[in-house]
Amino acid sequence: MGGYESILLTVITAATPLLLAAIGELVVERSGVLNLGVEGMMIVGAVLGFAGAQATGSAYIGALCALGAGMGLALLFGFLTLHLVANQVATGLALTLLGLGLAGMIGEAFVGQPGIRLERLHIPGLSTLPFIGPVLFGQDLLVYLSLALVAGVSFVLFRTRAGLIIRAVGDNHGSAHALGVSVIRVRYLAVLFGGACAGLAGGYLSLAYTPQWVEGMTAGRGWIALALVVFSTWRPLRLLAGAYLFGAVGILQFHAQAHGVAIPSQFLTALPYLATIIVLVMISRNRVLTRINTPACLGQPFVPDR
Amino acid sequence: MRLELEKRAEHSRTMAVLSPLLALLLTLVSGAIMFALLGQDPVRALYTFFIEPLTASWSLQELVVKAAPLILIAVGLAVCYLSNTWNIGAEGQFTFGAIAGSLLPIMVPGFETPLTLPLMLLMGIAGGMLWGAIPAFLKIRFGANEILTSLMLVYVAQLFLDWLVRGPWRDPEGFNFPESRLFSDAAILQPLADGRMHVGALFALLAVIAMSVILMKTLKGFEVRVLGQAPRAGQFAGFSRNKMVLFAFLLSGGLAGLAGISEVSGSINQLTPVISPGYGFTAIIVAFLGRLNPIGIFIAGFLLALSYLGGEAAQVSLGLSDKTTRVFQGMLLFYVLACDTLILYRIRLTRTFAPSGKEA
Amino acid sequence: MQDHETNPPPGAETRRSGEVLLEARGITKQFGDVRANDDVSLVLRAGEIHALLGENGAGKSTLVKILYGALEPNAGTLHWRGAPVRISSPAEARALGIGMVFQHFSLFEALTVAENIALALPGGTPLRDLAKRIRSVSQDYGLALDPDAIVADLPVGIRQRIEIVRCLLQEPKLIIMDEPTSVLTPQEADQLFLTLERLTAEGCAILYISHRLEEVKRICHHATIMRHGKVVMECDPAQETAGSLARLMVGSAVHDLKRGAQVAESAPRLELRGLSAPPDGPFSVALQDIDLSVKGGEVVAIAGIAGNGQGELFDLLSGERRAQDSGAIVIDGTASGHLGITHRRRQGCGFVPEERLGHGAVPGLRLSENIVLTRHGTGDGLVRGGMLDMGLARRMEQRIKSNFDVRMSHDDPEARALSGGNLQKFVIGRELDRTPGVLVVNQPTWGVDAGAAALIRQELIDLSRQGSAVLVISQDLDEIFEVADRIAVISRGHLSPAEPAVQLTRERIGLLMGGLEEGQGKAHHAA
Repeated sequence: MGGYESILLTVITAATPLLLAAIGELVVERSGVLNLGVEGMMIVGAVLGFAGAQATGSAYIGALCALGAGMGLALLFGFLTLHLVANQVATGLALTLLGLGLAGMIGEAFVGQPGIRLERLHIPGLSTLPFIGPVLFGQDLLVYLSLALVAGVSFVLFRTRAGLIIRAVGDNHGSAHALGVSVIRVRYLAVLFGGACAGLAGGYLSLAYTPQWVEGMTAGRGWIALALVVFSTWRPLRLLAGAYLFGAVGILQFHAQAHGVAIPSQFLTALPYLATIIVLVMISRNRVLTRINTPACLGQPFVPDR
Repeated sequence: MRLELEKRAEHSRTMAVLSPLLALLLTLVSGAIMFALLGQDPVRALYTFFIEPLTASWSLQELVVKAAPLILIAVGLAVCYLSNTWNIGAEGQFTFGAIAGSLLPIMVPGFETPLTLPLMLLMGIAGGMLWGAIPAFLKIRFGANEILTSLMLVYVAQLFLDWLVRGPWRDPEGFNFPESRLFSDAAILQPLADGRMHVGALFALLAVIAMSVILMKTLKGFEVRVLGQAPRAGQFAGFSRNKMVLFAFLLSGGLAGLAGISEVSGSINQLTPVISPGYGFTAIIVAFLGRLNPIGIFIAGFLLALSYLGGEAAQVSLGLSDKTTRVFQGMLLFYVLACDTLILYRIRLTRTFAPSGKEA
Repeated sequence: MQDHETNPPPGAETRRSGEVLLEARGITKQFGDVRANDDVSLVLRAGEIHALLGENGAGKSTLVKILYGALEPNAGTLHWRGAPVRISSPAEARALGIGMVFQHFSLFEALTVAENIALALPGGTPLRDLAKRIRSVSQDYGLALDPDAIVADLPVGIRQRIEIVRCLLQEPKLIIMDEPTSVLTPQEADQLFLTLERLTAEGCAILYISHRLEEVKRICHHATIMRHGKVVMECDPAQETAGSLARLMVGSAVHDLKRGAQVAESAPRLELRGLSAPPDGPFSVALQDIDLSVKGGEVVAIAGIAGNGQGELFDLLSGERRAQDSGAIVIDGTASGHLGITHRRRQGCGFVPEERLGHGAVPGLRLSENIVLTRHGTGDGLVRGGMLDMGLARRMEQRIKSNFDVRMSHDDPEARALSGGNLQKFVIGRELDRTPGVLVVNQPTWGVDAGAAALIRQELIDLSRQGSAVLVISQDLDEIFEVADRIAVISRGHLSPAEPAVQLTRERIGLLMGGLEEGQGKAHHAA
């Protein structure tokens, strides 16, 4: 495997959890809900994904556990913010704190255990092509799934009635309600979808990125995913670009260290966080762009009158 | 069956008091269930967690030591959240305040005067304010989301501290441990009694009193509430949203910085890679549990401090993970937010009505 | 449907004989302690324009929402063409053939016209085909629409067309219209009436909600009048006078305002000199070269359709947004464009914004605290050395409450607990209590019951007669003619010269509302 090829491969593996978490949150925010608990859903997904794989010996079942874990926490979030109209920002924070605690408690038993890696699928004939073979056709299932989700979300949001309803609910929940759309139901579904994606993103970390359980292994990726959604101005294809850009930034540190760059490792580790801030500033400066694209009801409570 | 919310005409003052208590009760019940699932005797576990730490004098002192930073940070955060400014990076401001305050005792260890400590505290406050000013500036100047920027800066501050204590600030006589030199006596906050409790606790008390007065009695406190509840009305009153963002971040950053340097100077006496068990995040829970009211925060701070001690106690005597603490804290915040709904709404379970006949 | 005569003499018979489409019997709806509908019955027939009259808060909107399936009644039954039905969602109402045109539009600003319409239709039609239908139906009814336009970019008049076309595409048998002309120029309203006539001729029933009595008399065949949640009367509006209808609505005689003589010519107290401002957001209107002078002793009104720059102008006048040129706003001879709102209040100005809750008052704060909101910097002694004197604030609250007849269920409640009319009396009273030299009011009686509206309008006139300059921004022409000495019209950020009210006709104001540059035409709507 050549140098560039391996770099590209690591970029893809670094970008995939960000992409998975962010594409889910994008749908959630399009429906007008701000779930800041991505980090919490991810880390519980990571630990339960790992646990599921250990218990059954199958990384795929592990991934399903991760997905279910994310949805479970999302359901909790949905109940509080949609049924009890609790403050979405605070509830998202609570979800993150609870998730980090739960994951730490559950994960204690798994520290130091070797994990089970999600297998790479080799598409016969294609994966052996030089250079592009392993990069494009030798990835694991979740990588393909993440790309399919971007295409799928893009199609559903802008080409189908379901997507129109999601966007309508995010734009003006009062009007949607007046037209007879069940705002709460649409939002529940969106929140659950976001939870499933965040759970899978966590599962990807403990089943593919570094197949093991490490306390706090999400390391702020859930928050970076939230920033990516803002960066994408709520559009799936820009999200794809953003996630791969951040994957590249995240991977830079390993290669820089491997090549003996004389920068303290802490500064390299801080790069993705600093990059997040810079990207947020750059996109937010353009207030017209962000204001036109921000779902108008984002974070607003909704109580239907009956 | 359907869950229905009916908006109250005004917010219920009874529920404002009852809701945190209800949340606490629900957390205890859930905790008992959790312990039972973990194969523990729930009563014994809850006793170990919440009562045992209150039975010894040393642990009562430890309670104060842990409550003080939580309260200091949380009263600052209360101003943020009341004004609808979302600073969730207090952990970073705490860390950077600790770093800035430690400049003197680490870089100039020979500087031992009565001025040392006050200067350290001031620099700690300034460091926290500086770290808090960054997200405020980015929000005001560029409209960047303060939730995300303030949180990212937590990681940056922690990595910076990590680099300092492993690199330039590592104690030359420290056998290569990642620690700074120990502070000299002049740089240490004095104990209040014969034990671990130190002067930092008084800062927390002062902050609670000062913030109570500011929030209840002054125009500034009025401004905080107005801008938080109705920004447009705040603008109509002639208050500036941007200035409020800066004020809230500087205040909460400064208090977090003070908490940081107090912790380092009073409890740890040197810089280490990890100087906080997540005080900056736990303080978010303290702020909400205390209903963003300084007095409430004072009580809530002790409660959350107790959860730290309980976690340690449960680890020692029951062999439970100390991560249980974080689960308890997370659950508590969830229940607080859920119960707060009762302040503005009545909740009813109704059966779907078929409009076929008259009702009584 | 046998009813195909196009224009029977109104009032020749009490009731048209069309098929009964929708009947409501004994509808009751309770919100907390308030009975919004109390045993309400209503019969709607094909080919009939049925007016539903009543004051704000009489229960019209609640009834309409029940008919449209957006609310569930606590008791009572609905019958569609004689058969009992349960309408538990707007989708079910649409399936029956009931369409609705909302007063506060139920449109999605970020979506296109076609997408907005698609949301109200059953799924399955590709957007491209729908766009074609929108073009043809809207042309057909004289309501031209561009299906690909984004709603946020469209003026209010066009937005209402979207609502109407959306409704028409459902091919409804009954159309409910909630205050449809409140956002239209008189000319646009005439166009709407033609459309309505055509629809009834096609056998459609229309439930027409309004409080504009003249237009109800003109176009409606039958009227149901509600008061305090109950039906008080059914009648043929053509047989009634506007005065008798008003009495039925309000329940007592509506007294005329006492205008009094205008005080002798005095110096201008508020002057705008070439005031311009770029839009301050993607959905905002630019103000262009506005000149206006309001003297002490007079009430000047600015008429206009919503969204033509009224809000932007109010923000600049109040100082919530500062003018680029300090000389563009002159208050009592002082160039003040660069000054903030607190400073302008100290100069003797008072301001009342359009939004009561959230702009003029903080919903979750008590009335006494809401007094501090606008008077903390006006030298009333509420703030000393940074500390608040809440005792004084409570005494001021008592004074305003009794002087302006603000009714509340208990002492010093939160602002959100007050009814619209009482809160508006409070918000205006809070400013009048200082006897401001210049008062700027945006929509003084929007959504306020007739009693409170009359009181507020009288207070505005009285203030001006004491020598103050009063500027009223309003979309309600009746109100403008009641209070104004001079009238200017705002249209897309341009302001026409103020002319004496007695010299202006509604028709001319309507033309001015439709756009200055276009002169007589409304050609821009077709574009």
